[in-house]
Amino acid sequence: MSDTGSDSEASATEHTALMDGHIAEARPDREIAERIARKRKSKSESQRNYGSVERREESGQGDNRDPGPSSSNPGVQMETQVEELELKYGARHVIKLFVPVTLCMLVVVATISSINFYSVKDVYLAYTPFHEESPYAVTKVWNALANSMILLSVIALMTVLLIVLYKKRCYKIIHGWLILSSLMLLFLFSYLYIEEALRAYNIPMDYITLVFVMWNFGVMGMIVIHWKGPLRMQQAYLIFIAALMALVFIKYLPEWTTWAVLAVISIWDLVAVLTPKGPLRILVETAQERNEPIFPALIYSSTVMYCMAAPGVAVGSAGGSGAPVQGAQAAGGENRGGGGGTEGDGEGGFDAAWRARGGSPRRLRVDSTAPAHYTTRLDRPRPPPPPPTDAEDEKGVKLGLGDFIFYSVLVGKASSYGDWNTTLACFVAILIGLCLTLLLLAIFKKALPALPISITFGLIFYFATRCVVKPFADALAAEQVFI
Amino acid sequence: MTLAEFFSCSLLAFGAPLAMFALTIANDPVRIIIMIAAAFGWLLSFLVSSLVWYAVVPLRSHLAFGMVFAVIIQEVFRYGMYRLLRKTEAGLKEISENHDIGTNKMEMAYVSGLGFGTMSGAFALVNVLADSVGPGTLGLYNGTEFFFVTSAAMTLCMILLNTFWSIIFFSGLDEKSHIKIVWVVGSHFFVSGLSLLNRNQFYAATILPSYIVLVATAVMAFKSAGGTGKSLMQTLSSGS
Repeated sequence: MSDTGSDSEASATEHTALMDGHIAEARPDREIAERIARKRKSKSESQRNYGSVERREESGQGDNRDPGPSSSNPGVQMETQVEELELKYGARHVIKLFVPVTLCMLVVVATISSINFYSVKDVYLAYTPFHEESPYAVTKVWNALANSMILLSVIALMTVLLIVLYKKRCYKIIHGWLILSSLMLLFLFSYLYIEEALRAYNIPMDYITLVFVMWNFGVMGMIVIHWKGPLRMQQAYLIFIAALMALVFIKYLPEWTTWAVLAVISIWDLVAVLTPKGPLRILVETAQERNEPIFPALIYSSTVMYCMAAPGVAVGSAGGSGAPVQGAQAAGGENRGGGGGTEGDGEGGFDAAWRARGGSPRRLRVDSTAPAHYTTRLDRPRPPPPPPTDAEDEKGVKLGLGDFIFYSVLVGKASSYGDWNTTLACFVAILIGLCLTLLLLAIFKKALPALPISITFGLIFYFATRCVVKPFADALAAEQVFI
Repeated sequence: MTLAEFFSCSLLAFGAPLAMFALTIANDPVRIIIMIAAAFGWLLSFLVSSLVWYAVVPLRSHLAFGMVFAVIIQEVFRYGMYRLLRKTEAGLKEISENHDIGTNKMEMAYVSGLGFGTMSGAFALVNVLADSVGPGTLGLYNGTEFFFVTSAAMTLCMILLNTFWSIIFFSGLDEKSHIKIVWVVGSHFFVSGLSLLNRNQFYAATILPSYIVLVATAVMAFKSAGGTGKSLMQTLSSGS
């Protein structure tokens, strides 16, 4: 795969690798980001930028996060303008994330409530050898913890593997893995899903129609996710595959293990993104050094990311003037599971590669990389033609697919117990967590893990609602007492 | 048949709030965020009230006890929302594209009231609705066949009341008018207390007064938000 970062204005020709369609543009944004970060107004926190540019750090300055007043001062005018722009686009981007997260959760909850298959435990993953079959709570607890530790170590291993692959520039392997995993998700898992849906609703369908539908669905998905396509379609497919993976997790993890895994993954996410030696941070910094492109398959983006090499190509369906600038993003993601390829800068995303084990009928292994990463980027048109600043730039907001997955796992699991109050409480808690994460992003202006706050709120409210609120609400509803 | 009941009850209870949401809140992102924040605030207040109810084990079957605390804690959290919104008002203006967002002081009151009310209504009715879809019917062996409809009607009443209460509450705090605050808390206690009679199925005695209180509160809220009879006529006749 060619390294487009090295050639400045590489045109996209038929030789450009499929996934290599993004260009990194670090410098102008970095200066602006630094300027904005230096400005510490005395406004309250909520007035900070939501859609702010994340800090970009160049190689060799990984630790230097606050470079101090820069000597170049292109004028306060541009600064204020840029800052105004960012402030202006704040709340809209929160909603742009609320909607897909809500949709993903809705799909998962609807599936869990109507299709029994995903609530039934028959087989388990190879990663969770302890099946919690004992009636004692203590045994279940250590089963769950052991399972989650195993899963976490697999994830950590895969992250390290990914970093090694990435540092050694084995892009082909990473890309191949990515394509393979989306192939499996889009074909195999969608087939299983549609089979169970048809079965649950007692709808007969012949194989010919099924093959036709699946083929079209799968190929469209591959094209739209890995190449170009209408933005809405890409978003819809990403939401769907995130929902599919969440359903897989809900089905194939034992009860208590699911909750333990959620907690453990949030902590891992926090550690991996924020600590200086965290794997994802290393990944990000390496990506920043190389100005690497992002893999669109693993991130949900609210704006279009197009190859911007040739002028005049920049047609974005989302407000169009900006070609996405892909700078280094501090990846807040967590890498899960086996050998998932993440995008170059470790943006975090979900990548699943299933491998059916020979012998046992349905023992499957999930390999996935965790996302849990959120960043916002400033879209700017790429030079040569126009100057970097463009007031019409459409700022996009990105969230890793793994975040979608784990949010949906939490809400789906909550809904699988049948109590809608719990589901609703977890849903609102996650949305508020997301809001707070975005607020923090606006304040700190660097990539943050999107999982910890939301999952913590979600878990707290799940357990609290299930144990304490549910009986009260049930008693009130039964007597028709309205408070 | 049960499906029809499900849809009718859910639309009865949530139709008006859904319309209010779609018409006034859905296009403005900041309002959506405030609404969800208010819903979260209500959730917190309900969590605290449940903890209180859960903790006092012997009084668990006497819902009046739990209800009193629930009302008090809800009003406390409504006050909390007031403080939060007034403090961050300037900030909201910044992150919103709509620069008129802070001009009408009751706007945030309305949005947060709707958030409160929707969450309250959802928690009250969602499980009941889910049960109503099931194959059984109430009123054959036991219970009354009006259970679902009355629950839905009371839910609508509570959702709208919560919206109006927030408007009156906020305006009362702004103008330091104690009457408004007393009205809000008092009518909340009144309506919730009345609903205690529902267990004996005195629906006429609970629903009718509640709706009368709703109308009175609506008028009060309208006046607090600055509306007059004239402006109402103008709006209705010009059709905007």
